[in-house]
Amino acid sequence: MMPHYELPRDEAGYSFGFLDEYAKKEVRRAILKAVSIPGYQTPYASREMPMGRGFGTGGLQLTLALIGHNDTLKVIDQGSDDSVNAVNLRQFVQLTCPGVALTERTEDATLIQSRHRIPEQPLRADQLLVLQVPYPDPLVVVEPSEAKRKIMHGEADYARLLVKLYEDIVKFDEITISHRYPTRINGHYVIDPSPIPRWDVPRLHRSPALILLGAGREKKIYAVPPYTDAVPLAFEDQPFRVEDFRDAAGSRRACARCGATDSFLDEFIDSAGGKVYQCSDSAYCNGRLARQAKAEALA
Amino acid sequence: MAYVAIKGGRAAMAGAAQAAEFLRAGGAEAEAPLQLETIEQQLRLLVSRVVSEGGLYHPRLAALAIKQFQGDTLEAGFALRAYRSTKPRLLETPPQDSSRMRCIRRISAAFKDIPGGQMLGPTYDYALRLMRLELADESPDAFKAIARRFLTDTPETQLPATFPKVLDALRAEGLLPPVPETHAAPFDITREPLVFPVSRSAALATLARAETGSLLGIAYSSMRGYGDVHPTVAELRVGYLPVLLPHPVTGEPMEVGEVLMTECEVVAMYGGDDSNAPPTFTLGYGACFGHNETKAISMAILDRALQKGMRDGPAHPAEDSEFVLLHVDGVDSMGFCAHYKMPHYVTFQSDLDRLRTTRRKATESTA
Repeated sequence: MMPHYELPRDEAGYSFGFLDEYAKKEVRRAILKAVSIPGYQTPYASREMPMGRGFGTGGLQLTLALIGHNDTLKVIDQGSDDSVNAVNLRQFVQLTCPGVALTERTEDATLIQSRHRIPEQPLRADQLLVLQVPYPDPLVVVEPSEAKRKIMHGEADYARLLVKLYEDIVKFDEITISHRYPTRINGHYVIDPSPIPRWDVPRLHRSPALILLGAGREKKIYAVPPYTDAVPLAFEDQPFRVEDFRDAAGSRRACARCGATDSFLDEFIDSAGGKVYQCSDSAYCNGRLARQAKAEALA
Repeated sequence: MAYVAIKGGRAAMAGAAQAAEFLRAGGAEAEAPLQLETIEQQLRLLVSRVVSEGGLYHPRLAALAIKQFQGDTLEAGFALRAYRSTKPRLLETPPQDSSRMRCIRRISAAFKDIPGGQMLGPTYDYALRLMRLELADESPDAFKAIARRFLTDTPETQLPATFPKVLDALRAEGLLPPVPETHAAPFDITREPLVFPVSRSAALATLARAETGSLLGIAYSSMRGYGDVHPTVAELRVGYLPVLLPHPVTGEPMEVGEVLMTECEVVAMYGGDDSNAPPTFTLGYGACFGHNETKAISMAILDRALQKGMRDGPAHPAEDSEFVLLHVDGVDSMGFCAHYKMPHYVTFQSDLDRLRTTRRKATESTA
């Protein structure tokens, strides 16, 4: 005997924002706690989303719990709006949140979900940035047990992390952490700021915009609240350094498209085998090009 | 120059979806599509695995997911989980009594003669793994005749409705510790994150929907020597368990349906309790949706290993709750593994910066 079930016929059966309302409420509660305790990794249940764990499901749950009809959303990956993963996430939000406006312009967005970058354009207090996080805990490189790491965080015991930085300097005369640079929030908790490059870390410091970080697989939400201190770990005689984009002669490389000398650059090999540099943030690059075209037209 | 970064994602993704759909349709020599009923019946162990790892008892949707993802168990279980995320939790299921299971199979490796008797049921345990080449080209008539013949030859009266539990006999003899009288609310892993140390309820729930291969791998490490004991399967049963829920008005338990389940209890020796009570066996429990014997046994072994780890401190990976429970979920591990295929241009650029800087410094210092 075959039992007969009703199958869901189409997406119309899904509620606004995909998740059921209880799930959204739970995420919002975790957000409130995360904002109240800057840098603290708030555990939450984390629902399975219809895309892979590791593809931004933590960020997506934050976005879906926060987004409303009057929001304008921007989704980027590697700084680009057209990267496959950004396209995928944006299409999903579009499908499950009908009526929400989408944009590629940083200044027009009220809510920005991003993987691996913070936009070059400084964010405002009326904007909100959601970062996707693969590894929420900066202590994981020195302590595998989560139970022990929780105690270390509670006691603000980051000695082993500092020793790791010190050992780097002894061995390489340089701190070798390239991205996911451990950053102390509000003088206590050290966070993994997600795999943003070091270039973006200073943008966390006293940001007017609320920055929320969501790790779906590891089931954690944490926050850098507005105007809160975010200081990368370093030593007095070994300051924190961002990526160096100077050429052999010591001059700053420029974007090959828009000519910017103040942005994070992606490196390409052109067909002739030479190196070409270009803005990683495509909206920033396009915005500069548009302004240049306008200025030329006026001239 | 004209190299434009990661452009055209949208079009590429649409094309990729079409290519996958082309292969799902059987390529150029397309035949009839798979019917969900066929998958549910003829690939029943695949459906079992998917409902179990998906953590949602919905064989029909599981069959759909298997069809949609071309037989990938990880993807199919994942789709069931995502579907589950859209559903609110209506109530807490009270404990269900597995002695009420309508068994299709029930064995004990501990006793030759168990109350109610051994019942082998459908199993390949003692089958020779030789290719039955005649199945390559079965005639529909002969195929249909198989079930008919089986039903004619098996009188319905032969089977008792339920079987007593083997453990009850051991418990009556005092060889098992008494069931603790705690009625703590169960831990719902779909509504609460695991914060270590976790309760046994949370551990069991995590194991019950874990990925079969991951569970087997870690359980096997415990069986082979990275663990302490050889467990004995006190009872393994497979069958349909009636699910009782409180009536919304009267609160009286009433049957709302049944689920196919596999349940396994292993017992193992252990010595050295600090108290002066007489020694007893220790118990490991495994249960999951569907007909998944390897999974249920692996789970029971790990349950016992984890209990030992929590009591004495973990001596082996299989006894470490964090190690086991955070690495056995198929949706988590498969998702994270797949994410490495996504672009990592920015972080790699950042890596290059560090490597070039340290290399330059190394050359400068030797020069």
